[in-house]
Amino acid sequence: METLIMQIFNGFSVSSILLLAALGLAITFGQMGIINMAHGEFIMIGAYTTYVVQNLFRTYLPKNVFDMYCIAALFLSFLVAALFGTVLEKLIIRHLYGKPAESLLVTWGISLILQQLARSIFGAPNVAVDAPSFLENSLKIGTISFSYKRLFILVIAICCLVGVYVLMYRTKYGRNIRGVMQNRDMAAGLGVNTKQVDSLTFSMGCGLAGLAGAALTWIGAIGPTLGTNYIVDAFMSVVVGGAGSILGTVFGSVFIGLGGTTFEYLTDASLGKVLIFVCVIILLQFKPKGIFAISGRALED
Amino acid sequence: MRKKINSQWTTVLVILIFIFLATAPFYMSMFRVSLFGKYICFAIVAIGLDMIWGYTGILSLGHGVYFGLGAYCMAMYLKLEASGGALPDFMTWSGLSELPAFWKPFANPAFALAMVVVVPVILAIIIGYLTFLNRIKGVYFSILSQALAMILSVLLVGSQGYTGGSNGLTNFSTIFGKSLSAPMTKLVLFYVALAALILIFIPCRFLVKRRIGKIFIAIRDGENRVRFTGYNPAKYKVFVYALSAAIAGIAGALYVTQVGIISPNEVGITPSVEMIIWVAVGGKGTLVGPIIGALGVNAMKTAASENFPEVWSYFIGILFVVVILWLPGGLISLKDLPARIKKKFHKQSEQEDNEEIIPMIEEEQIC
Amino acid sequence: MKKMKLWKKVCALTMTIALGVSAVGCGAISEVSKEDETKAASNSTSDGDTIKVGILHSLSGTMAISETSVRDAELLAIKEINANGGVLGKQIEVVVEDGASDNAIFAEKAEKLLLSDNVATVFGCWTSASRKAVLPVFESNNGLLWYPVQYEGQESSPNIFYTGAAPNQQIVPAVEYLAENYGKKVFLVGSDYVFPRTANAIIKKQAEALGLEVVGEEYTPMGHTDYTTTVNKIKQADPDFVINTLNGDSNVAFFKELADAGISSDDIMTCSMSVAEEEISGIGASYLEGHMVSWNYYQTTDTPENETFVAAYKAEYGEGRVTDDPIEAGYIAVYLWAAAVEKAGTTDIDAVKTAAKGITFQAPEGLVTIDGDNQHIYKSVRIGVVNKEGLIDEVYSTTEPVKPDPYLTTYDWAEGLSVSK
Repeated sequence: METLIMQIFNGFSVSSILLLAALGLAITFGQMGIINMAHGEFIMIGAYTTYVVQNLFRTYLPKNVFDMYCIAALFLSFLVAALFGTVLEKLIIRHLYGKPAESLLVTWGISLILQQLARSIFGAPNVAVDAPSFLENSLKIGTISFSYKRLFILVIAICCLVGVYVLMYRTKYGRNIRGVMQNRDMAAGLGVNTKQVDSLTFSMGCGLAGLAGAALTWIGAIGPTLGTNYIVDAFMSVVVGGAGSILGTVFGSVFIGLGGTTFEYLTDASLGKVLIFVCVIILLQFKPKGIFAISGRALED
Repeated sequence: MRKKINSQWTTVLVILIFIFLATAPFYMSMFRVSLFGKYICFAIVAIGLDMIWGYTGILSLGHGVYFGLGAYCMAMYLKLEASGGALPDFMTWSGLSELPAFWKPFANPAFALAMVVVVPVILAIIIGYLTFLNRIKGVYFSILSQALAMILSVLLVGSQGYTGGSNGLTNFSTIFGKSLSAPMTKLVLFYVALAALILIFIPCRFLVKRRIGKIFIAIRDGENRVRFTGYNPAKYKVFVYALSAAIAGIAGALYVTQVGIISPNEVGITPSVEMIIWVAVGGKGTLVGPIIGALGVNAMKTAASENFPEVWSYFIGILFVVVILWLPGGLISLKDLPARIKKKFHKQSEQEDNEEIIPMIEEEQIC
Repeated sequence: MKKMKLWKKVCALTMTIALGVSAVGCGAISEVSKEDETKAASNSTSDGDTIKVGILHSLSGTMAISETSVRDAELLAIKEINANGGVLGKQIEVVVEDGASDNAIFAEKAEKLLLSDNVATVFGCWTSASRKAVLPVFESNNGLLWYPVQYEGQESSPNIFYTGAAPNQQIVPAVEYLAENYGKKVFLVGSDYVFPRTANAIIKKQAEALGLEVVGEEYTPMGHTDYTTTVNKIKQADPDFVINTLNGDSNVAFFKELADAGISSDDIMTCSMSVAEEEISGIGASYLEGHMVSWNYYQTTDTPENETFVAAYKAEYGEGRVTDDPIEAGYIAVYLWAAAVEKAGTTDIDAVKTAAKGITFQAPEGLVTIDGDNQHIYKSVRIGVVNKEGLIDEVYSTTEPVKPDPYLTTYDWAEGLSVSK
């Protein structure tokens, strides 16, 4: 029984990590039609920012304040990644709207450059981040222990989700984003500054990736190839859920996270990965545009 | 008129490339010639990819699968020949005591060669029917093909006893009885690869000029209209997808003979995306462009990694970004450059003429 | 608008040409002088004032996290030897190539080093996959490779010298030690590739002979980062100790997950085969404190040679850098080769190989001897525990260096494991 509960918790924990990684992608891909293959590298940027912040806190600030680095890290990771995203958008991405294939290839090239940049600045070997002390250990209920780190990440994921939802559906800015996504010309005609909206949306997507990177430092490795470990699963989550739908991304993350860990438990890690991807392929047969696809009237082409 | 000149240009270009490759052994060392043999195999895959992407608009990010399947079929035959009737070495140290059933027929070269084409095609037909019939297209198909590449590479790594695992299949000694490391064999294999390139290029070129080629282009530009005019796009898509899979399989088999190793590294997502990069950089939809792209990008990759082993990724990354952003038509579109530069210096009075012609050029570039 | 497009095209063309020319041009200039189609790699490098050697490691990709430091160690050794007059009176010239964590590229670069650069020897590789990929290249071109990483054995190529541990110098003694001190139930976790699979095959046979019970065997793909399920399985199986053959980033995720699940080394002891000081600094010492590792050398190893070595390494590359077993193995590989060349009086491969047999060297890990039968070296076994500084303290070591036995012929229970060669 307790293994079952642990497994379910594990599944949701993995899903929350995927959600964090995929939320930014859902925005850039789903809302703007840009396939950002460098998304994994933005996660990496967030992770390295956390590493730098941790080092700064360790060197310059007294020991008892060290734990607060994680708050600063979360904010700074978001900002730094968003900054990189803005620069990227202004220089390169803005020429690629509406051209998914080109955006895929260009961002692939950018991911190579960013990886090499990380290697040149921080060196090829992995770097370590110590989790803040209040996240050590776990919550023990009976014989089951729920790691505080994973609970915290779950909380962060839910906060991000709520934040994005509120932004998209309850604010004027979010309405502008949705308007631009659904009908760019009409939105422009009604006075929305589409260029600005695009730029800020892309930055937000990248910022979310940075946030995911910060959270990931507590449970995984931080190195130049960090992004490559998460990019494929993140894309799967978005695609399975249906690009353009935040709820879809949530569903996609849960599907892949929970499904993946279950298969892994029943078989082994390699086969588990294969099986969940086979399920994704089968799912796409029945729902070619994802589960919560936004269906329009137009016979789009 | 302009189209005729362009077409002549490309034919001349292609012939020049073939001549360059054919005479390579005379002025390059054997090592470099083998490298070019490898690039030729990549060029073959690029042609197949151009058929589905450049002409039919199907962006497949998982073509490493078909390349790998063809390569593994060939490698299985080579491995059996190298083991000379005994159990291949990797099977022994993986704990197998006898040859798995599906390995046995590969001792026969004719069977192996047939499988090089048959296995990828069968998989392509299955995947093609499943996806195209369900009208999965665009980005979703691309992601699906990525999933496929990932699945195959994980499966290959996980079954060490059957496929060599992450080591792949290597350590071959002879092919059809001739030693693989003898310079003569290498030379012959190089020319075989070149011949394959030419023999695959010509029918593809032929196909795209015929009506079926026009249907491919029509599917790319307006699939619904094709459907409304009575054609079943799914059939054509499956056909061209299977064709490109066969081409990729052949390229894979030739690759193994040139390089002497195949591993899951060549099957996964990264090599598949790189294949697309070659086509994009060269210029999709032209058949010649991908050849140039494959040869050029790989040559540059080798050169950059030899001279800048620490930072060669920068070169490649910057190349991708620059070419795709500023030369959307790929390197092949540079052949219009002289004409465009000349145009800049034309007098004002000829502007009307130019305005007529320029839209035509842009239309061609979109192809 | 159209002028902009044109300008962009011209710029793109110029940049492409510039990039291409700079990359190719540098290569072409150095290419022009050397050419031939015959099998090289024998003696052409002895002519002239320098002797060329090659270094072939992954400098990019997932394996770069481990291999860049081994390259650094090899470069340090070469620098030291050059400062002392070089080899045979000539300075050593290095050609470094990047294997990019891709087997096919390893094979290609190996060929390039042997045929194009005509190097006298190559120091390189890390994963068994990369070694197996370059093996045919070295054998068919009669080249020489020095391989500095512990591995699964079952191999002794005539063209490779192995300065890393064979399984009887790392895995087998570790299992024996743990079985004696911790219990009978063992859980095996590893990455899915040849080293862990072969290592576990060996361990399972050994377990039978020692009366141990293997309560679990899990493999995860390379680069796998989610160990929640694996750790759950370990908890369920409740072993006395875990043998960990995970590699790369997976180790980081695994140990962090273990700590999160509240499992410390007091609850379940783990012994890792691929975690050394370099990896510890990437994981975080706090997660590994108290856990064991099995190697032949640690930065804390107490020999005078090691003191100088560590000091030299840190002086060259930074105080924050650490030394570990593969780094030391790469370092001594260069010295062993240099000694063999001096003894042979030439860089000719066959002469060097014959001269190398029996050569001894006072290495940072202690006295090592090249075993003429299988081209491995005698190494002492050292089992250690990670301390909170991220270094490793020795808890057990063999009194004498152990003779390498890649095919495990000296163990009865290993019957049927080896490939007859």
